[in-house]
Amino acid sequence: MSAAKKFLDRPELGVAAAVVAAWLFFAFYAGDSGFLSSRGTATYLEIASELGILAAPVALLMIAGEFDLSIGSTMAACGMTIALCCDKLGWPIWGGIAAAAVLALAVGFFNGFVVTKTRLPSFIVTLGSLFILAGGTIGMTRLITGRTQIGGLEEAGGFGAAETIFAGHVGPISASVVWWIGITALAAWVLLHTRSGNWIFGVGGAPDSARRVGIPVARVKISLFMMTSLAACLVATFQVVKFTGADVLRGTGKELEAILAAVLGGTLLTGGRGSVLGAACGALLFGMVQQGIVFAGVDSDWYKVFLGAMLLLAVLLNSSVQTRMAEARR
Amino acid sequence: MKREVFAQRRGVFFVIAWLVALFAVGCGKGEGGGGAPKASGGGGGERANIRIAVVTHGQASDTFWSVVKNGVDRAAKDMGVTVTYNAPQTFDMVAMSRLIDAEVAKKPDGLVVSVPDPRALAKSLEAARSAGIPLITINSGGDAGKEMGALIHVGQAEYDAGKGGGERMAKAGAKSAICVNHEIGNASQDERCRGFTDAMEKAGGKARVLAVNATDLTDAQGKIGAALTEDVDAVFTLGPLGSRAALGALKAAGKLGKIQLGTFDLSPDVLAAVRDGQMAFAIDQQQYLQGYLPIVMLTQYKLYGVMPAGGALPTGPAFVTKDNAAAVIGWTKEGLR
Repeated sequence: MSAAKKFLDRPELGVAAAVVAAWLFFAFYAGDSGFLSSRGTATYLEIASELGILAAPVALLMIAGEFDLSIGSTMAACGMTIALCCDKLGWPIWGGIAAAAVLALAVGFFNGFVVTKTRLPSFIVTLGSLFILAGGTIGMTRLITGRTQIGGLEEAGGFGAAETIFAGHVGPISASVVWWIGITALAAWVLLHTRSGNWIFGVGGAPDSARRVGIPVARVKISLFMMTSLAACLVATFQVVKFTGADVLRGTGKELEAILAAVLGGTLLTGGRGSVLGAACGALLFGMVQQGIVFAGVDSDWYKVFLGAMLLLAVLLNSSVQTRMAEARR
Repeated sequence: MKREVFAQRRGVFFVIAWLVALFAVGCGKGEGGGGAPKASGGGGGERANIRIAVVTHGQASDTFWSVVKNGVDRAAKDMGVTVTYNAPQTFDMVAMSRLIDAEVAKKPDGLVVSVPDPRALAKSLEAARSAGIPLITINSGGDAGKEMGALIHVGQAEYDAGKGGGERMAKAGAKSAICVNHEIGNASQDERCRGFTDAMEKAGGKARVLAVNATDLTDAQGKIGAALTEDVDAVFTLGPLGSRAALGALKAAGKLGKIQLGTFDLSPDVLAAVRDGQMAFAIDQQQYLQGYLPIVMLTQYKLYGVMPAGGALPTGPAFVTKDNAAAVIGWTKEGLR
């Protein structure tokens, strides 16, 4: 009985139901067009995995009561850093990736430091970083190369190994899916089974009491900002290696998609409550809907209408399932 | 408690209503697709089973790409075949490659793509080739397409077209020009500016590239306005979005007609400006054909295995000037040029 009760209590249940519903919808409506094939499944899993890798730390950050809008342009900046290091400095790819990771951690630290020091809303602070990074990436790249995209990275040292790790395949499934599962498991474990996890809930749910009982609020938030940036850097690395190059606009809009995935998964916009597994389901739902619309052959003029309608539908189903469960528990 | 249940019922009802609506729209579309070939007459049954997928990088808000799409739609109707058209919502190669992946998984009888960034799309196009799907490239990426086994490229040589524009401006006396790039990250646009700059420099003038955000007209207009320093005597834009911003900026600075303005691609306001002498010329790549012809060619290829030889079918550049602007205006209003 208590096991069943525990199952019904899980916040992911609603979004999981929405995932199943979306899958059934497309399987029924677009199944014969290749949505159910292994290649079709691989295309939406790949989108879901990259978004999911962003959504896991973003969910943790949102539970702690903060937003990070800068991850989209962090992706562009990191991708370009890797490309510039390899193309202009002749570094091996791993050197470029390391440099990009350092940059990402610095951006995250800056965001976290400014937010905790000034107590300004992170929404505004990271919006500032979004613009600075986006503009800086375009400016630096044009200054150094005179172009807006850099390719030809397959000639960089160590590229073969990097390709296996970041852009390889396990059967038809891309490597990013394996990373996604690993990162989601790690983030879920941290949130639910460690002291840091308790701190994250405390910082977002009741910041003042958290401070009073001695939780290092600033340290928690700064670390989380650094994690979201690092995740952005990882996704940028996937794309740089897979597409053997970078351009200055990669990652545009990813910050909102990651927040959307977390919210779909039951994370509160106000902080204090949420779920990493839910965010993973949210990412899966987003990827499935995004590619499913293409499989369904919807005219591209109406694409956004369908995307919006399907997502709204998913949220409604999600909340209706949750209400039902809450009632069943009573 | 009762009210809660009621609210919940309503929620579920709403969800069901949405599902019904989605299915209804979907079915309506299916019927429309099936109905088209009947109008085309004999051989309709055979043709209706031909499915062609088009994936471009054109932003939905760009008037240029809406003409391409009109060409695609018209050809689909004329040929009586089923065509899907997809493009990412912003200029995004990663999103575009995934659209191609999805289309390849649907195994169409033919694939039409624009290739603004050959390296980024290489893997997706490779997948299309290994799946044995006939490929035609349009608009950008002709050379890369050939390597990917494309049957033919339908478009214009961008460097040469940019050079042609530069030569025209230099001949009319331009010494210091700006090339406004509204689609940063697109190799073809870089090529156009490079051709333009080379032609200007060859004639003893100079040119610099200005990057603007095409989806935000106000921002683009402001940037162009700020770049209009005393010595600038010519502005060259790469499309209707850029030229609209440039026209606005020139008007605001009171320099309309005093500074030479040239652009790639047509739109109603570009043509009106050319007609009224506010703009020197517009380079027309007749993109309607880039949408129309590939559908025709792939249909014939599927039916009879025929394909024009030569590897490239240039649709431009053609210059629209004050002399012929009025004639072209009628067609742009219908979204055909």
